[in-house]
Amino acid sequence: MDFLLAFIIGGLICVAAQITLDATPLTPAHVMVLFVSLGAIASALGLYQPLVELAGAGATIPLPSFGHALVQGMLEEFKLSGWLGLISGGLKATSLALTVAIIMGFLTALVFNPRD
Amino acid sequence: MRGKRKGRQTWTFSCVEVLAGAAIAGPKEGRGPLGDRFDIVKDDELMGMRSWEQAEMCLMEEAVRLAVLKAGLRPEQVDFMLAGDLLNQIICCNFTARNLSLPFLGLFAACATFAEALALGSLIIEGGFGGAVLTASCSHNKTAERQYRYPVEQNVQRAPTAHWTVTASGAVLLGLTGGRVRVTHATIGEVVDLGVKNPNDMGSAMAPAAAKTISAHFADTGRSPRDYDLVVTGDLGEFGTALVRELLFEEGIDIMDRLADCGLMIFDEKQDAHAGGSGAGCSASVFAGHLLRELEAGRLNRILLVGTGALFSPTSYQQGESIPCVAHACAVERLEGGKS
Amino acid sequence: MLGTQKEQELYRRMVQRHAPRPKYLRNAVLAFLGGGAVSLVGQAVMTGIVSLGMTPKDAAIPTAAVMVFIGALLTGWGIYDEFGRYAGMGAALPITGFANSIVSPSLEFKREGYVLGMSAKMFSVAGPVIVYGLVTAFFASLVRVLLVGP
Repeated sequence: MDFLLAFIIGGLICVAAQITLDATPLTPAHVMVLFVSLGAIASALGLYQPLVELAGAGATIPLPSFGHALVQGMLEEFKLSGWLGLISGGLKATSLALTVAIIMGFLTALVFNPRD
Repeated sequence: MRGKRKGRQTWTFSCVEVLAGAAIAGPKEGRGPLGDRFDIVKDDELMGMRSWEQAEMCLMEEAVRLAVLKAGLRPEQVDFMLAGDLLNQIICCNFTARNLSLPFLGLFAACATFAEALALGSLIIEGGFGGAVLTASCSHNKTAERQYRYPVEQNVQRAPTAHWTVTASGAVLLGLTGGRVRVTHATIGEVVDLGVKNPNDMGSAMAPAAAKTISAHFADTGRSPRDYDLVVTGDLGEFGTALVRELLFEEGIDIMDRLADCGLMIFDEKQDAHAGGSGAGCSASVFAGHLLRELEAGRLNRILLVGTGALFSPTSYQQGESIPCVAHACAVERLEGGKS
Repeated sequence: MLGTQKEQELYRRMVQRHAPRPKYLRNAVLAFLGGGAVSLVGQAVMTGIVSLGMTPKDAAIPTAAVMVFIGALLTGWGIYDEFGRYAGMGAALPITGFANSIVSPSLEFKREGYVLGMSAKMFSVAGPVIVYGLVTAFFASLVRVLLVGP
């Protein structure tokens, strides 16, 4: 059941992005930026956490969850250490994935070359 | 004095012959409908080089050397080289001209570069300023992608109106005698901009320029589509071709079944090239590899090659400018009886 | 020649009449299958991490990191862009697509050097994602804290 929900919700979020891409003059980069921002706003409105609880990876794998993770990190850190926490909490919560992405980007570029 | 100019923007030539042509293509183009028409088909887009740019230079240099060889000349016997490509500061042609030690004029007119080179090369021959002039252009899918669009490994879905930049080069050696095909007219196009801004839809940006040059050519020369076996644009794609047909029709010109497009000839529908091929190497390789042979063999008698170029840069479209376009037309015909 | 407003408008209408329609349905179905499939793999990774003794909530970020790793590797092997050609946003929107957007320019521009090529271009798409993500998240959180508390 978890897997089915992950598939369906994850797929549907991507469909929303695809329709945005096809129906507007936006580029894929614009759509990615838009959906991250939408994820952050949905999270602050308390709408994204229920989706995560429902769909698991179906909600945490698509990019809006990056906005969600940033907001949740900020809010939780605010509870612990106040206003400074609101600033530092976002990157603190997402630092693992960001660091892995940067290190992997570096290492992959060292090892591989672009091909057709 | 009007001399050799006809009408507003057409030059007429009486003694410009095509001595030889050579076309080299990449693997995807080699698998296309014209695969067996290219002199050399590369089986690897990197061609054993260190970068995509070097691979493109390799395409250009081999085509140029082969065209000279086919004409029975040595590179030092060539008087001038006129060439262009799509990269910033047309580096592929600059480096090729360096390696061949030739007097060189670099040209840029995007996909219309080859037609521009052919027109200017003919001008040099006709004017008596040279007896052997090389005209060439090239493009490489991967160098164009990384300069104009996205990194090669980035996942992007291409718009149905987007062109696929071909990996190919074409070179033609022009001279005074010894050819079986001659260049008779060149119509220099006006830059036309009807406000199209989408860089993924260059067909509709370029169509008005193509239509304007084609109708100017007919007006200047008094010819009509009936005088040509083929009016070949390069490269409008399917969508752009339909627009040109309608634009010409509005001007009272029925192009009938005479309209063809290099970008549609080089790939077939199964090759996932969307709107069709494009790039400075597309019309060059289709002309030097395919059309020139058809003319020499007598399967075509007279064609009008209309190179169409979108004159924009990533900077201009990111700043929201529309896309100015140009089209140059060259009339090429078979010499009766063929001299050689 | 720069067309007048009227000429541009007339031409825009002609273009619209001929324009090929994007394949909305096909693209949406492929994006659904692609995005769903990546989420499915993510769910499997998450289940694995939870079975190691983490709570599902804490497992989300390590799962993302593993998926980034997978996305980077598939990009290096030259597979991810093929997947993206069909799946469209189904490949771009999952976090594996974020990894692809970091790895592909760094691969591509390696030849321009390791500092000004590879590393500088690494964030051509990921940079905006991080910038807008952080800025929106900051203001959204701020408004929430001010209005309703954390």
